[in-house]
Amino acid sequence: MDKLIGDFSVGLFFWQLVLFVGLVLLLKKFAWKPILDSVNEREDGIKNALASAEDAKKEMQNLNASNEQLLKDARAERDALMKDAREIKDKMISDAKEEAKEVTSKLIENAQASIEQEKQAALAELKKQVAELSIGIAETVIKKELTSKKDQLKLVEGILKEVTLK
Amino acid sequence: MHRKITVKALTLVFFLFSIASFAIDNSEEEKAHLTEKTKEQREKEVEAYIPHHLLDSHDFSLFSYTSDNGEHVYFGFPLPVILWDNGLNVFMSSKFHHGETIAKSGENYYKLDHGKIYKTDAAGTLTYDADHHATNSKPLDFSITKNVFTVMMVGLLMFFMFSRMAKAYKNNESMPKGMGRLLEPIVIYIRDDIARPNIGEKHYKRYMSYLLTVFFFIWIINLLGLTPLGINVTNNIAITFCLAIITYIITTATAKKDYWKHIFWMPGVPTPMKFILMPIELLGTFIKPFSLMIRLYANITAGHIVLMSILGMIFIAQNWLGGSLSFLLAMVLGILELLVAALQAYIFTMLSALYFGSAVEEHDHH
Repeated sequence: MDKLIGDFSVGLFFWQLVLFVGLVLLLKKFAWKPILDSVNEREDGIKNALASAEDAKKEMQNLNASNEQLLKDARAERDALMKDAREIKDKMISDAKEEAKEVTSKLIENAQASIEQEKQAALAELKKQVAELSIGIAETVIKKELTSKKDQLKLVEGILKEVTLK
Repeated sequence: MHRKITVKALTLVFFLFSIASFAIDNSEEEKAHLTEKTKEQREKEVEAYIPHHLLDSHDFSLFSYTSDNGEHVYFGFPLPVILWDNGLNVFMSSKFHHGETIAKSGENYYKLDHGKIYKTDAAGTLTYDADHHATNSKPLDFSITKNVFTVMMVGLLMFFMFSRMAKAYKNNESMPKGMGRLLEPIVIYIRDDIARPNIGEKHYKRYMSYLLTVFFFIWIINLLGLTPLGINVTNNIAITFCLAIITYIITTATAKKDYWKHIFWMPGVPTPMKFILMPIELLGTFIKPFSLMIRLYANITAGHIVLMSILGMIFIAQNWLGGSLSFLLAMVLGILELLVAALQAYIFTMLSALYFGSAVEEHDHH
């Protein structure tokens, strides 16, 4: 211990203190601060780059997911459209069928009506002719002055035959 | 496996060389005996050299040798001596001629003795006490000694190294370049594995400059101590004391209320215990930086002493077995010292961070 104290040099201590403190301050300004700042800056840069890469990855995933959703939606819409189209088609067909049915039934009705009309007309004509014939027969009968009942009948039958022939 | 073979091959080459040099030595042994000193003399010389090497000096001598005519020749350069002795005295250390002559500055005479400057008279008389310490008065010595010079150089080196590194970031989109590639992992290690876990995310930034500087300073200066330039800075108690006291000052200056509360009035213990804990905790705050100072000083000093003792054995033994064994040991120890150089820097930084952490820690009171 005596030797330690004996060897202690105040001058050396003084210079070391001055030089070392000066060195710390100088290096702080010209070396350590810029070095550590640069290192920090770089590390932050790397950290940020990593974070943004992670973000981009997430965004990509989101985009993929939304794409999928979009595709799904499109598919659903297509399906809905197809369904609608089918329905419309079915409806159109059924409507057309209905209409056709209506039209035919109307046609048939009309036909029936006209048939009935023709029939009535024919019947009326027939009746008219029968009446005319009857009148003619009656005229002939009256004209001939029928002598016997037997002749009369023969005549009527003959006329009737004629009528049927007609 | 590969490494083992390499080590074996190296050892073999090494031994062959030793034997070869031994053979050459043998032929000149006769002649050598006449000029060489005795073993005891050599032992004494080595013994004296080790503590001398560990001391600071007033000139920067890289090595010295004794020339043929018995004159000491030094290779190096002088450094300025700055003394405060009722007025400033500045002169170059070359005036001392490595302690051989008296330096005159103004009206005063100074003499070097064991690395220290003493005031003396024109004749250069020094009085000694029983322990062979000079008792002459000592002027306040603010000289740029070898250690101060080394600290300056390391400071300059660090400043250029790290400011260049910082500039490279600006010109290179925040990417390290050149030296920065090597140093950046260490900087980040200190931030992420020393500062952050010990001080906490909230406060660590304030201490980064000190932690980084102290780490690189100790590391570089320890490594310089391992070079053959003969520089020893961290084995000076003044240096480690200075570093430790800065840690202590920063700890104390930035301490939060909780830190003082835990020292003077420890929560959660019975009141009598608080009185007992108070001086212990208070003492602890001084012991912590004190241990920092001693640890660094002792580790580096011990390393140097052991390494030099082993190297000294080469000169004492002066035979091929002792020489090669010493060399091998010194090599292994040198590798260990490389580890110690970094380890001590790490420990100093780590413990400083730990003390700063305790100063700013916020305890949750349950």
